[in-house]
Amino acid sequence: MIEDTVIGSIEQQEYTINMGPQHPSTHGVLRLVVSLKGEIVTQVKPHLGYIHRGIEKMSESMTYPQIVHLTDRLDYLSAHINNHALCLAVENALQVEVPERVKYIRTIMDELNRIASHQLWWCSFGMDLGALTCFFYGLRDREYILDIFEESCGSRLLHSYYTPGGLMKDIHPGFQKRVKDFIKYFRKVLPEYDQLLTGNVIMQERTRGIGNITKEEAISYGFTGPSGRGSGFACDVRKHHPYALYDKVDFQEVLYHEGDSLARYQVRIGEMWESMKIIEQLIDNIPEGDYSAKMKAVIKLPEGEYYQRVEAARGEFGVYILSDGGKTPYRLKLRSPNFSNLSAIDLLARNFKIADLIAIGGSLDLVIPDIDR
Amino acid sequence: MAFNIYDFTSFTEWIDQGLRSVMSPAWAVITELAIIGIVFLVFYALIGLILVYAERKICAFIQCRIGPNRVGPYGIFQTIADFIKLLMKELIHINKADKLLFNLAPFIVIIASFMALSAIPFAKGLHPVNLNIGIFFILAVSSMGVVGILLAGWSSNNKYSLIGAMRSGAQIVSYELSVGLSILTACVLIGSLQLSVIVESQADGWLIFKGHIPAVIAFVIYLIAATAETNRGPFDLAEAESELTAGFHTEYSGIKFAFFFLAEYMNMFLVAAIAATIFWGGWMPFHIGNWEGFNRVMDFIPPIIWFFGKTVVIILIMMWFKWTFPRLRIDQLLTLEWKYLLPINLINILLMALIVLLGWHF
Repeated sequence: MIEDTVIGSIEQQEYTINMGPQHPSTHGVLRLVVSLKGEIVTQVKPHLGYIHRGIEKMSESMTYPQIVHLTDRLDYLSAHINNHALCLAVENALQVEVPERVKYIRTIMDELNRIASHQLWWCSFGMDLGALTCFFYGLRDREYILDIFEESCGSRLLHSYYTPGGLMKDIHPGFQKRVKDFIKYFRKVLPEYDQLLTGNVIMQERTRGIGNITKEEAISYGFTGPSGRGSGFACDVRKHHPYALYDKVDFQEVLYHEGDSLARYQVRIGEMWESMKIIEQLIDNIPEGDYSAKMKAVIKLPEGEYYQRVEAARGEFGVYILSDGGKTPYRLKLRSPNFSNLSAIDLLARNFKIADLIAIGGSLDLVIPDIDR
Repeated sequence: MAFNIYDFTSFTEWIDQGLRSVMSPAWAVITELAIIGIVFLVFYALIGLILVYAERKICAFIQCRIGPNRVGPYGIFQTIADFIKLLMKELIHINKADKLLFNLAPFIVIIASFMALSAIPFAKGLHPVNLNIGIFFILAVSSMGVVGILLAGWSSNNKYSLIGAMRSGAQIVSYELSVGLSILTACVLIGSLQLSVIVESQADGWLIFKGHIPAVIAFVIYLIAATAETNRGPFDLAEAESELTAGFHTEYSGIKFAFFFLAEYMNMFLVAAIAATIFWGGWMPFHIGNWEGFNRVMDFIPPIIWFFGKTVVIILIMMWFKWTFPRLRIDQLLTLEWKYLLPINLINILLMALIVLLGWHF
């Protein structure tokens, strides 16, 4: 509860403001009830549910290939990766071995998706700090990836490209060339990001030491992804529980130990470099073959519980399926990284200023539909 | 009548004589004031429209975009179209707002910038009011704008507005010091507060070249502080779009919002004009020592073009700031002023005084 500490004295009085559901920096319909003392944040209460669509409940009346389309709508900026989690869960339950070609394409697509997501995060993080030009730089480069997706998947944001057993369609003939062109281009452009924002003194002062979270706290709050790795918590699912081709490619887990907003920022910038490295190792070696394994027309999972986790752009994304042997799951639970990351916002933002709250929110890279589901 | 683009004195005197020949001196003065007022109104609107368009095009250029390109050739009528839209928009009525102050605030902001404009020497002989304390007048009048912003934030009955207004109050009051002190540094060298004298004294070299390093430091500090005073990025804390939605003018709509918007651009023009006048020689052409040929070529460019050219360059620098830097936080903003700019400024003034005493300036 927010109470006035001393009634009648202006300096001592706390007040509340509603940040959101319509606010330029909550990245969607997140509502934060913020208690303030002057400019200092004394409490942040996130209120959820403005974009709750009941995806988990809807899934109970849908077949598995249909549910894939719903996973797009969770974290819409890493649609491929969300698809991947569900497809892997179903494939593992049926013990289907997908063709090598599919694994290659899925890994490349996942990493492209990760880069695109981090680009958009970079845009909006810059904008949260007041550097409006970042927004257009990031979007300009993201367009290249979206064009690649459009060619192969037919859609730019909500791809639904993966199906249980493989892919919806084979890749476009020009896919490899486009991706290689993009990597060549982006290797040149990514240092520009550093010149524009990372190296800026104002930006560093705005983020260094802001929103600290220790490794222990990060683990206890369930931080994953770049937010967790910014606190030194080695939690990369790709590295520790590899799926697809991640055990065959050489890449580093980007770790920073400061635990502040700047560390989280640098993890994401580092991950873009690592993702490019992964794509470069795979893009020339895509083997020939089928783009999908032979699957039955109606997919029925054997009775039991199945869990699959993947490393989405914002952290660990998990799909838990409880099947009673039918063609629809009995219960489907999604573990979304953003929900856990948001849960610590009160701890992170307390005793900082309003402007810091915005910077912290930006550094967590929240996508609201993923929180509400 | 002898209209001369290099010297407006004869032109303005001709108007004065003409008026005095048909009416009594008192009426002539009143008529002249009215003429100046109308000219300024037109000028104000024109500068506002041009600057808004320029800012859009420049920010588009920095952000790899095209910018407005639909209304008229290269979108030059875009701002006019937007202005008409703002005129026709509903003025939203706020139930629990303090109506008098809410309506008064935009006018205070706009009047402050309007009055300060009157003391600027635009060209030789084109100087509306030649006060002997011109700089003091400009500083005094332009700082009235903060009252408007505070009132706007206070009367809107909105917490976002209030935070924006309080930030703006703290910011402008602090940076006023730096603006004043850096201008004072220039005045120490010139020895006058009268703007016409300041411009005349720079005939043989602009102040920024004459005054050694202290003048350069003063200019840089002035530019930073002036950007902060006009509430522009990276010091746009009062608006802080990503934090406070729109800061002090969140609740304003239609033409009242347009007033704030226009005043922001006018203030930008004003501080750029002051910087050009004091540090870059106002309407004085660029002269180098005794290079006769070069100086004659420079003299060939009319003073009014020199004045606007210099102002535009400074405005461009300020726009460049805004579109590349992130925003500061309120405590960082005040730290910058009180812990860095102010001490540097005070030492700088002493340094300038020393240079003037020892006669080291050019």
